[in-house]
Order: sequence, then C-alpha cells, then structure tokens
Amino acid sequence: MKYCSLTAAALGLGPAFVPKIAHAMETKPRTPVIWVHGLECTCCSESFIRSAHPLAKDVVLSMISLDYDDTLMAAAGHQAEAAMMDTIERYKGNYILAVEGNPPLAEDGMFCISGGKPFVEKLKTAAEHAKAVISWGACASYGCVQAAKPNPTQATPVHKVITDKPIIKVPGCPPIAEVMTGVITYMLTFDRLPELDRQGRPAMFYSQRIHDKCYRRPHFDAGQFVEEWDDDGARKGYCLYKMGCKGPTTYNACSTVRWNEGASFPIQSGHGCIGCSEDGFWDQGSFYDRVTDLTQFGVEANADQVGLAAAGVVGGGIAAHAAISALKQAQKKTQTKVSENEEA
Amino acid sequence: MKDNVPAPASAGGRVDVYSTSPLTRDATDADRATVRRATSVYVYEVPVRLWHWINAAAILTLCVTGYLIGSPLPSIEMGEATHQFLFGYIRFAHFAAAMVMTVGFFGRIYWAFAGNSHARQMFYIPFWRKDWWEEVWFEARWYMFLDSEPRKYLGHNPLAQVAMFMFMTVGMTFMTVTGFALYAEGLGQGSWADMLFGPLIAWVGNTMVLYQAHHLGMWFIVVFMMIHIYAAIREDIMSRQSMVSTMISGTRTFKDDRVD
Repeated sequence: MKYCSLTAAALGLGPAFVPKIAHAMETKPRTPVIWVHGLECTCCSESFIRSAHPLAKDVVLSMISLDYDDTLMAAAGHQAEAAMMDTIERYKGNYILAVEGNPPLAEDGMFCISGGKPFVEKLKTAAEHAKAVISWGACASYGCVQAAKPNPTQATPVHKVITDKPIIKVPGCPPIAEVMTGVITYMLTFDRLPELDRQGRPAMFYSQRIHDKCYRRPHFDAGQFVEEWDDDGARKGYCLYKMGCKGPTTYNACSTVRWNEGASFPIQSGHGCIGCSEDGFWDQGSFYDRVTDLTQFGVEANADQVGLAAAGVVGGGIAAHAAISALKQAQKKTQTKVSENEEA
Repeated sequence: MKDNVPAPASAGGRVDVYSTSPLTRDATDADRATVRRATSVYVYEVPVRLWHWINAAAILTLCVTGYLIGSPLPSIEMGEATHQFLFGYIRFAHFAAAMVMTVGFFGRIYWAFAGNSHARQMFYIPFWRKDWWEEVWFEARWYMFLDSEPRKYLGHNPLAQVAMFMFMTVGMTFMTVTGFALYAEGLGQGSWADMLFGPLIAWVGNTMVLYQAHHLGMWFIVVFMMIHIYAAIREDIMSRQSMVSTMISGTRTFKDDRVD
C-alpha cells in the first residue's frame, strides 16, 4: 500500500486512486511483456531493476508477465527465442513490446544480430501483433550515441521503423527507474496509455524541464552562477548554467523524482545536466558550454564567434568603404572647385 | 556688415531668388551663391517613424540583454538568492522588449495596408519587375564607386529594399517565432505560447538547436544595424536626398532640382 500511495503521488493522482492501483495490482491479469534489446548498453535495464517505488521485483512478479527479456530470463538460445514466438502467438494484440536500444539499418541491419538475425527483423516481428510499444531510453526514443553524427551504422529510433503502433517514448540515458515502473503501473491500472506530449513522452514525467523545478533555480534568477569547477560558487551550490547545464532545454523528472530512491540527481551532485533525455543530445556541442559550438560551419565555433567574425568582416568592409567614399567626395569637391574656377 | 547687404539680383547669370527673400542677416554672399532650390516630398507617415524608433530601441535592448542571457555577467552576491533578482530582471527586460517589438511589428504590418505606398516597401521584393533589377544594378554600381552620381529615390533605394526585406521582415519574423518558442518553454506546456509554438519545439526536437539559431539571429540583426546606420549616414552626406532627418520629420528633401 505504501508503494501504491507513492506511485499515485508520482503519477499526479489523488489519494482516491491508491486503492484503485492496489486493486488493479491484486486482481488484474498480468500483462505479457516482450522486452527486446537492440543497439544499447543495458543501462535502461540496470536502472529498471533499481526501482524502489514500486520495487522492480513487484513489477516483474506481480504486475507484468515478463515473458521474454534476453538479458534477464533464465532460458537462453533456441528456448528463449521459442518463448518469444510463443508469447506472440498466444497474446496476439494484447502484449506490450518494450524496446531497449534501436535497430541499425545500414548493411541490411547486420550491425546488430540478435538470435541469429538482424535485430530490425526481430523488432518488426515482435511489433506486428503488439498492443503498444514502449521505447525505453534515449536509444529507442531518439537514437542516442550510436546515432550521433555521422551515425555509421544508421542506428534509427524505434518510431521511425515501427510506424503503425502507439509508441510511448521514455527517454533518458537511462530513464529514471521510477519513471519506467510508473509508466507500466499506469498502463496496468487504467488499461490505457498515459497522456503523451507532442513528442510522444508521458506528460506526467516529461512535461516540465529540469530547470523549471530545479532547486538551484533561485540562484539562476539572482544571477549567481558557478564560474568554474570548485570555485566558491560551486561550493555554495550556485546555478550551473554557465558550466553548460542543459536543464533549461531538458524535459525530464530528475529535479522532482530524483534518482536512487530520491537520493540525488546530477545537478544536486554539483554537475550540470547533460540533457540525456533530449533528441540528439550528443550532437549539441560540449556538455560544458552554454553557447555551444556549431558544426555547420565546418570549424569549431559557437554562435558568438561566428557572429563576431561576421560583424568584424562587415565592420572592416564598412570602414574601407567609408574611407574610399570620403576620398571620392574630396576628389569631387576639388574637381567642382577647379571647374568653377575655370568657368570664372 | 557689408556682406549682409542683399546683393543685386541676377548676379553672374544666376537668378538669385533669395536676394529679397527672408534670409536672416547672417547669410553671406558665399551662402547666397551656393543656395539651391530644393524639392521635398512627405514619404514616412507618423506611424512609420514612430515604429522605426521604438523598434530600434527594442532591438538594441534585445541584443544587449540577449547577449547577457547567453553569457551572463560575472556572479555577484548582493544578498541571499531570495533577495536578488538580477538575472531575472535581465530576462524580464528581454521579454518586455520582445513584446514591444512584436506588437510594434504587427502594428507596422497593419500600417502597410492602411498607410501610403512607402509603408509597404519593406514587406516585399518586386522580384518579377525587370526595371527594378536594373535599378538594383545601378545602385550596386554607385556603391562600388563605378558611377559618380546616384539616382533620386523617394522611399528605399532598391538595395535598401532588399536589405529591409531580408533583415527586418524575414529576420524579425524568424527572431519572433524562435523567441516565442523559447518563451513557451518557460511558460510551460498548455500555455498560450505553447499552443502557438509548441509544434515548432516538437519539430525541432532538442531546443538547444533553437537557442543557437536564435543566438545566430541576433548577430544577423547586429550586422544589419551596422550596415543600416553606415548606409544611412553615408547616403545623407553623399546622395542627392536627405536620409536621417527623413526618419525624424518624414520629409524627403532633394538636394538638387535636376530632372535626371
């Protein structure tokens, strides 16, 4: 019950929903889940098994029926693959497909082989009869590091491969444990997908920026910033905006839910947010710059350097133009004088 | 004192219309010899001039505060964060100036319809008009010192029209749209700004992209300001018409009365 009330609070539901969640957990048939792994680092699974409210074991043992998860299941090899096909056959249209990682599409998908076949084929097979797809983490949602420029394996987020199923993106590298289990709890309790924002993320966890609920926000408004690592401001817990914190552009629940049973989150530990739950966060320049380098200009230069260079060139041009104009004007005056004198 | 006695008419073959006119007594013979009859025309109506200067002030504020938002001033500690709102005020000034600029821009667009033909000039490029391109070429030659004398223009010269369209109409629209999208992030999802510009945020994906684009846009406007001010002053001195004062009085004064 304690977990139910905590989860209700996390999902933004009133106390009246606590028994509803408890009831759902006790009576509803467990939802079959197929959890596949593409190009990824398994940090999503690592995060998931550390969920405290609810405990990951409660999710796996009493809420869902994790019928296939090649990193967590006891079976291996042919038995494991058979279990997946069996689940697809038995629960057509009723199981949830959870995808960790993404399929690389280059070379016919040969950069990620799972069960002897390109992962993209496995993904398509599993998605065909799924009720809904959950894209765990930055890999499945946006592509993450393997899709960073120049993306040699053509790693592609799930929603660009599976286009005919409802997809819930739960981005983050990894996503917060309680966000992962919270999304599953919501779906089990209400038999529907959580409300999604324009980018397909559950609104209850991704509708606000880290910046909006950051406990260091007053220092931002005051203009009190950490200027360099380990300075006085860093020790006083000033805002990390100047150190390149991506909190103002990152939609996630870190500053409210926090990590490891609410112990802390990156900004609380003194490091800026790197924006890991945002689209293409590897390609947005340094994690430690606010005005970041623009790769479009072929050299490493940020907007200020590019702008200043442009202004310098234009300024130089203006100065030269003004000098020639002045000379021309002087010449014209002399000529007029000469001609007037000649007239006279 | 002798200098100030009105000179006899038609001295040196020139009809001196000012010999008996109300010139004050500090007019010298030299002044009278060079005095020219000038024609003038009223081009910029009050709303256009008012918008110009309000817009200039707003853009200046936006550039300064915008730069400081990207690269904040060194931290100062006047007190606890609760009692200090320095960065907050800088951001407020940016937002307030942006609102003024946006409202002004809409007002200006209205005046493009309600005002005279010169009020419309900055909103379009007569791309298909052949003689306009010929005028562009002529004006470009004047700026490249290939012609000794420019033509006379009532409104913007063709090059200025291109600049106005690219930097102001297009540039300001870009800054307004990207700016309000970033503002929508602060107001939060479900706000009016989010309703209008949220789809843009979703399309861009990561708003760091918007920040950098908005920042580059500032430099675009700064470059325009430099060219604009230089060209206005240069033309005021070297061209055949008034420039700077026209945006104050609305009257374009021509320095000569020749027809070509």
